[in-house]
Amino acid sequence: MDLDPEDVFKDHEDDEDSEFFLLRDSTKEFVVYLIDASPKMFTATCPGADGENETHFHIAVTSVAQALKTHIINHTYNEVAICFFNTKEKRNSQDLSGVFVFDVAEREHLDRPTARLIKEFGCVEELFAKEIGSQYGIVSGSWENSLYNALWVAQALLRKGSTKTAEKRILLLTNEDDPFRNISGIAKADMIRTTLQRAKDAQDLGISIELIPFSRPDEEFKVSIFYADLIGLEGDDLIEYMPSAGQKLEDMKNQLRKRMFAKRIVKRIKFVITNGLSIDLHTYALIRPTAPGAITWLDSVTNRPLKAERSFICADTGALMQGPLKRYQPYKNEDVKFSEEELREIKRVSTGHLRLLGFKPLSCLKDYHNLKPSTFVFPSDKEVIGSTCAFVALHRAMIRNQRFALAFYGLSTNPRLVALVAQEEIISDGGQFEPPGMHMIFLPYSDDIRDIEQSQLTTKRPAHRATEDQIQKAAALMKRIYLKDFSVCQFSNPALQRHYAVLQALALDEDEMPEIHDETLPDEEGMSRPVVAKAIQEFRTSVYGEDYDEADDKPRESEASKKRKAAAEIVAQEYKNYDWEELADSGKLKDLTVVELKYYLAAQKLPLAGKKEVLISRILTHLGK
Amino acid sequence: MARNKEKMVMVLDVGPSMHAVLPEVEKLCTMLIEKKLIHHRADEVGFVLFGTEETDNELTNEVGGYEHVTVLRNMKVVDGDLVDGVQQLPRGTVRGDYLDAIVVGVDMLIKDYKGSFKGRKRICLITNAQCPVKDPDEGTKEDQVSMIAKQMDEKGISFETIVVRGLLSVGADKRTLEENDHLLNLFSIKASAKIVHVQNPCSLMGALRTRHISPVTIFRGELEISLKMKIKVWVYKKTAEEKFPTLKKYSDKAPPTDKFATHDVKVDYEYQSVEDPDKVVPPEQRIKGYRYGPQVVPISSAEWDAVKFKPEKGVKLLGFADASNVRRHYYVKDVNIFIAESGDTRATLAVSALARAMKEMNKVAIVRCVWRQGQQNVVVGVLTPNISENDNTADSFYFNTLPFIEDVREFQFPSFSNFPASWQPNDKQQDAADELVKMLDLAPSSKDDVLLPEFTPNPILERFYRFLELKSREADAAVPPLDGTLRRITEPDPELVAKNKYVLDKFRSSFEVKVNPKLKKSTQRVMEDNRAGGSDEEDGLLDAPPEALAVRSSDDTHVDEIGDSNPVQDFEAMISRRDSPDWIGKAIQKMKNKISGLLLSRPYQEINNSTALDCLEALRKGCIMEQEPKQYNDFLRECIDENKLGDHNIFTRFYRDLASKGLTLISKTEAPDSEVPEDEARRFLLKEPKEE
Repeated sequence: MDLDPEDVFKDHEDDEDSEFFLLRDSTKEFVVYLIDASPKMFTATCPGADGENETHFHIAVTSVAQALKTHIINHTYNEVAICFFNTKEKRNSQDLSGVFVFDVAEREHLDRPTARLIKEFGCVEELFAKEIGSQYGIVSGSWENSLYNALWVAQALLRKGSTKTAEKRILLLTNEDDPFRNISGIAKADMIRTTLQRAKDAQDLGISIELIPFSRPDEEFKVSIFYADLIGLEGDDLIEYMPSAGQKLEDMKNQLRKRMFAKRIVKRIKFVITNGLSIDLHTYALIRPTAPGAITWLDSVTNRPLKAERSFICADTGALMQGPLKRYQPYKNEDVKFSEEELREIKRVSTGHLRLLGFKPLSCLKDYHNLKPSTFVFPSDKEVIGSTCAFVALHRAMIRNQRFALAFYGLSTNPRLVALVAQEEIISDGGQFEPPGMHMIFLPYSDDIRDIEQSQLTTKRPAHRATEDQIQKAAALMKRIYLKDFSVCQFSNPALQRHYAVLQALALDEDEMPEIHDETLPDEEGMSRPVVAKAIQEFRTSVYGEDYDEADDKPRESEASKKRKAAAEIVAQEYKNYDWEELADSGKLKDLTVVELKYYLAAQKLPLAGKKEVLISRILTHLGK
Repeated sequence: MARNKEKMVMVLDVGPSMHAVLPEVEKLCTMLIEKKLIHHRADEVGFVLFGTEETDNELTNEVGGYEHVTVLRNMKVVDGDLVDGVQQLPRGTVRGDYLDAIVVGVDMLIKDYKGSFKGRKRICLITNAQCPVKDPDEGTKEDQVSMIAKQMDEKGISFETIVVRGLLSVGADKRTLEENDHLLNLFSIKASAKIVHVQNPCSLMGALRTRHISPVTIFRGELEISLKMKIKVWVYKKTAEEKFPTLKKYSDKAPPTDKFATHDVKVDYEYQSVEDPDKVVPPEQRIKGYRYGPQVVPISSAEWDAVKFKPEKGVKLLGFADASNVRRHYYVKDVNIFIAESGDTRATLAVSALARAMKEMNKVAIVRCVWRQGQQNVVVGVLTPNISENDNTADSFYFNTLPFIEDVREFQFPSFSNFPASWQPNDKQQDAADELVKMLDLAPSSKDDVLLPEFTPNPILERFYRFLELKSREADAAVPPLDGTLRRITEPDPELVAKNKYVLDKFRSSFEVKVNPKLKKSTQRVMEDNRAGGSDEEDGLLDAPPEALAVRSSDDTHVDEIGDSNPVQDFEAMISRRDSPDWIGKAIQKMKNKISGLLLSRPYQEINNSTALDCLEALRKGCIMEQEPKQYNDFLRECIDENKLGDHNIFTRFYRDLASKGLTLISKTEAPDSEVPEDEARRFLLKEPKEE
């Protein structure tokens, strides 16, 4: 085996206790799913989702399938391999028995998941019955050790790439807590020793091994028998392992489809605090609306990708225009021309720098002082030593004094005033909920703010204000419809989830379109609880009065919509007066007037444009003639 | 289109006390006309000046009085001449009466449209209101104001006043100021009037909306509290970026003799197969494809339409949350405003009650919005109360869009408390920072908020319109510098800086900031170029994608390996880690390994040489700092011994390099723990290899 020499000779001892600090973000992940396929996996059952008993093997396979489906969207560049052990047939590059690497065409064993992989993996259970077969790989009297082989194969699969750029994992799914139960004596001790050594070797190469155990209702999986040693569990970890393992499986199945982004610096900016003192900041995009995947145009005949070639053509001469074009603006009866360079120059103000102007109390930052998503800034001492220290001091001072910094950000495309709001680190449930740093909020200029309140000012008498009682009723209502511990990121985007689900269904030729639960709908059940309904009713009575009936006050229809409705009714009436099928068959459509033809088109919501022949052919097409 | 037309009268105070700000008034008016010339070419504008020496207006001719009021220009469609006219306003010599001027303005406007104009009618007064108005012939001043206001209201004229105050009105008679404020405020009670006070020239230039955009609702319908309770609301945009104008492409291909040339450029798209660029596919033969793993799945629009997410139009309340749970930086878009349907008293009361209760209890409302039927996504956002301070305007809500889970990237950043001690500010530094944050104050009082977004014009747009005007006169004019007054937006105010010189100096001297000398040469050069660049230099490098800058993104605090690219930095980061005492030992050990590797694994060449020496230097410094001299001394001796085994020439060179860099043993004077006396350390590298 040709292993990456760097990995082999690397000094790993030092690293063990520093695991926690490994916040390094690997860009990729390589995962090998190692699934036990022993007969026990097929016989042991536990209650499944719909209450019926399902075999462990079925649960394992469906969980992996689910994980793959989210993987392909969340981490499209991650690579996976699926590998069974305790199989009758063998298929692996080392030709080791009892190990079967599942794969499909046009794919390396460890590669990005493809639609085909996911699709064919869906039928893997049949494949087992027909081809692969299941048998215990560790039996007395034989020196074969399928678990050892499986780990070896997995390690070989993960040979690709360096641990610096990719995180490597083996996920072991099994229900056998004592794989060597059939062996005894020296042979057993020897097998345990070699298997543990195999696992340790893999771990030394930077591969993490995780266990996903399955228990039967009557028999709990005992990690302590063998696997605790294999994955290196001790003390409290060992006790807490089993409950957390169940969670792991759930996580694998129910992950949200969400495109993951690697942490990267968007820009490095110089923050000029005062003349002669500038520090270095890095900006990060923490919040950016996710658009459904990018569109690639395809040729609908061949399904091959297309690229758009843009060309500029002079409208007067038809000549092809080259190079950066001049721009013009009609002004005072002439065209004022600008070169690209001039336009850039206009926008150039203290380029790329963030210039501190001063500080203001946080209350000066109004809710409507916003235009686009904020950008996160964090200091860096990499280029300018001392940056972090100055930043930390300012950060603390701003939080203490409840102030934000006003600065001018000379972005070359759109220079703007920005507010820098210090954010303290918030840790919850052991995770970092809000990172420490500052958020850069882009402020509008006076040209960007609209004075709607003023334009609404039509009545001369003072505007209506709620009475104290009405405010109290509203407050009572607020207590009833209270979202405790509301977090901004508690809703997933139903349109995006729908997009992913449809994409998956089409890619995998699934028959049914999956239903996506829209989390953004109000909790109607909760709203109709008597206490809530009562609070709403009281508020309603308080502001609307006892006798107010919304039915009396149906939205007044505008003149235009009334007309539209009336017209639609006439069309519907007229439409019924003709036997369109008959007219089409007898070729008498051409005898009708355009107005008459349009009755059909309008009633069927077809386009009304075009000459008479076009209208007739449109009707014929629609009737399927 | 007539509704979108505007007739506007600018009533300008040019009296002596206004002379200081007239340049800004000129710029503001120029900008107004320039924008109208592009965006509202049919608008009509008239100019009335008061405080002038002469008197020239129709009312004087008709009824007498109205002295020192000059009509600079009667109502007329905007044109180029007007720009010239307002760029150089005459300076007045007398203290003018603004009420007289307003009357002249109103008269001019009414005479002009003769009762048959459906567009907007606007009068804008700019004054410092320092001069008392004359007592009327009959009744009080209040009566007179009421009469004018009534007239304005009947004719549907809206009235804005920009009162220049602050530093610009020092020495004015306080009683007069109060009286005038009172009179001007009367307008807003009787008519559709707005009065704003500006404190400095910069906000004067931002006080007038120079481009009018008619408010259009983006939603009219019900805010559903529950199925049982609905409130009729209208939703408008509160902020929307006024973009840099998109200019058309210009073609100069047509012969100069061609008088009918359009100079237009057509953009033509051609779709070619990626594999075979000669194969062109007609646009209708294309189909959209979406990536699914490595493949692209073709999906026709018809297919999408059938299955796509189609929510029902409506705005539904999800619940109320604590305001502190929705942090300011989660707002992701421009802002909308929810106003009760106009004329609906009940809705106004309901909005008012909710807004006031929210304010009182520090709560916000979370709502789910689908603005239009057929919209393909939903928007979840937060309503925050907007309690009106003005008796005439109703309470309303601001609406900000919130992100979905998919939009939030959970990047981890090191805690400040985990930073090494050298990155933590000491008490003195913290004091300096606290003082800076408190003293460099842009909002000393609620009235005096410098650079308030509402009054801060976009300096880039101002520069564009000015350049456009310049170019229309002279085609090859150079891009003008940023307007002097508007420099207050892009640079700190020299006055504020001077006032806080002590605080700024203290801050500057408390923090030592220097460019990292250990940066790789290439990176450092990039940095220096940028730094030297100053404000007017090209910033191509900073705008380049970050990969191009070759800066590694890993966090210094969590370096646990000494890599190949920046060994010195890695070592420094590692040795300064304070999360475990073991790091020093580890860092030293790893650095030793690295250096040995560099020296031994490959032949000792120039390239490795400098890296190895840099590493050695860093190691030496680290060992002194961390009081581990023995580690370094032993290692150096070892290196020398090992090198003796190698090629003699190379060894001598290495020896010389060490000496030139002063990388000798660490002496007792440098680190008390060292057992090497100073002179021995000095001699160590002086003695040439014995073998020679």
